[in-house]
Amino acid sequence: MNWLWSNLDLVGELMLVHLALSVPAIILSFVVSVPIGWLAHRYRWSRGVLLSLCALLYAVPSLALFIALPPITGLSLRSPLNLVIALTLYGVAVLVRTAADAFDSVEPDVRQSATAVGYSVTGRFWGVELPLAGPVLIAGLRVVIVSTVSLVTVGAVIGVPSLGSLFTDGFQRNIQAEIITGIVATIALALALDWAAVLIGRLLMPWSRPNVATSRAQSTTLVKQADVA
Amino acid sequence: MNLFLDAIAWILDPANWSGVGSIPERIGQHLLISAIVLVIASLIALPIGVLVGHSGRGKDPAVMVSGGLRALPTLGALTLFALWLGIGLQAPIIALVILAIPPLLAGAYAGLESVDRRTIDAARAMGMREDQIVGKVELPLAMPIVVGGIRSATLQIIATATLAAYVADFGLGRFIFEGLKTRDYAEMLGGSILVIILALVVDGGFALTQRIVVPAGVRATQSTELRSGPARPRAAMGRPITEGNQE
Repeated sequence: MNWLWSNLDLVGELMLVHLALSVPAIILSFVVSVPIGWLAHRYRWSRGVLLSLCALLYAVPSLALFIALPPITGLSLRSPLNLVIALTLYGVAVLVRTAADAFDSVEPDVRQSATAVGYSVTGRFWGVELPLAGPVLIAGLRVVIVSTVSLVTVGAVIGVPSLGSLFTDGFQRNIQAEIITGIVATIALALALDWAAVLIGRLLMPWSRPNVATSRAQSTTLVKQADVA
Repeated sequence: MNLFLDAIAWILDPANWSGVGSIPERIGQHLLISAIVLVIASLIALPIGVLVGHSGRGKDPAVMVSGGLRALPTLGALTLFALWLGIGLQAPIIALVILAIPPLLAGAYAGLESVDRRTIDAARAMGMREDQIVGKVELPLAMPIVVGGIRSATLQIIATATLAAYVADFGLGRFIFEGLKTRDYAEMLGGSILVIILALVVDGGFALTQRIVVPAGVRATQSTELRSGPARPRAAMGRPITEGNQE
């Protein structure tokens, strides 16, 4: 505990750095995945290709991806941007499948009714499909939030500072309290962002009862995954 | 792109294919540790998951354990265990087992829960004992999802075993950390490429297995129609099969 009290400033600072790395990656992966997921939902032929690509991407170990990206992007290995790009790729790998399932979960009758009352394709997307797919999208986003916040710590071993620096530093200097502080702070940050996502979901979609909608949508996701697999 | 050529040259360099810490030796270590961890974690998680999925009892704690462990940063767990247990393989093995449990547990109980309740009722009505229902009805029908859980656990183990080279002298991750220390990007990138290939090959193997384990009867009558959905609501968690921190 003594370690924590004398290093409160450091922990606070690293927490902000950690946030600055994870939040852009989370938002970017959401923004990129929704249109790709919609494509996979709309055009059958693209679905297999897109989802297989995502599965392949997801199978790549993160440490290896952190090192393999800079030669492609031309960035430095220690650049925070490199980490954000890698984490965005992981987020996309998870979210595209969820987004495709989310748009699939919109009833065809509802979609046809929207067309019948005069929605254009874009109007239908923004006014009908996206809001109805919302609960499932938020559920997928929550998974991405937790895994991204945890993955940022891996960047510490290649020299990108974050709460993960507490692990490497604590390991090298043999300070258990430092590592435990890092673990607790990382989990707390993940839970806080998770809670924020739930809150945003409730504010934007007051009509959905998140728990019921989420569990139902996810149980179909599970079965579909099994069938696809 | 030159860096990639350097890395490929490093991989193909005969000097790296023999002696202590050679590429084949590191690949062997990596696979051996991954296999050991997978066996231990499966022995712990699969029976519990099957029990939870069959009885429907204790689902909340199972969801909490598998969800809560997911937020645990792997690097933190690795370094903490390494400080506690000292240098050697125990620390990474224990940390890896803990990290492999959530996807295995989630796959097992989600798989058994996905079996149509009517099918189970029919089996019971025909006079099958509970162990026969589990072994002959639920497990075969749940197999694709259970294997999915094993697949995602294995990928996570392989990925995290790379990271575990930070605290112990084993596996392909050693090349990455050696390269980092000596600023040898070719070695670092070469190690990364080998890890990526290993992960993709194993993942491909599992994708194939998942296809094979679908029972012939189900395949013949199209599984989508048979599995119309469980009567019991499913776990309200993320997507247990594919998620998990890839580190």
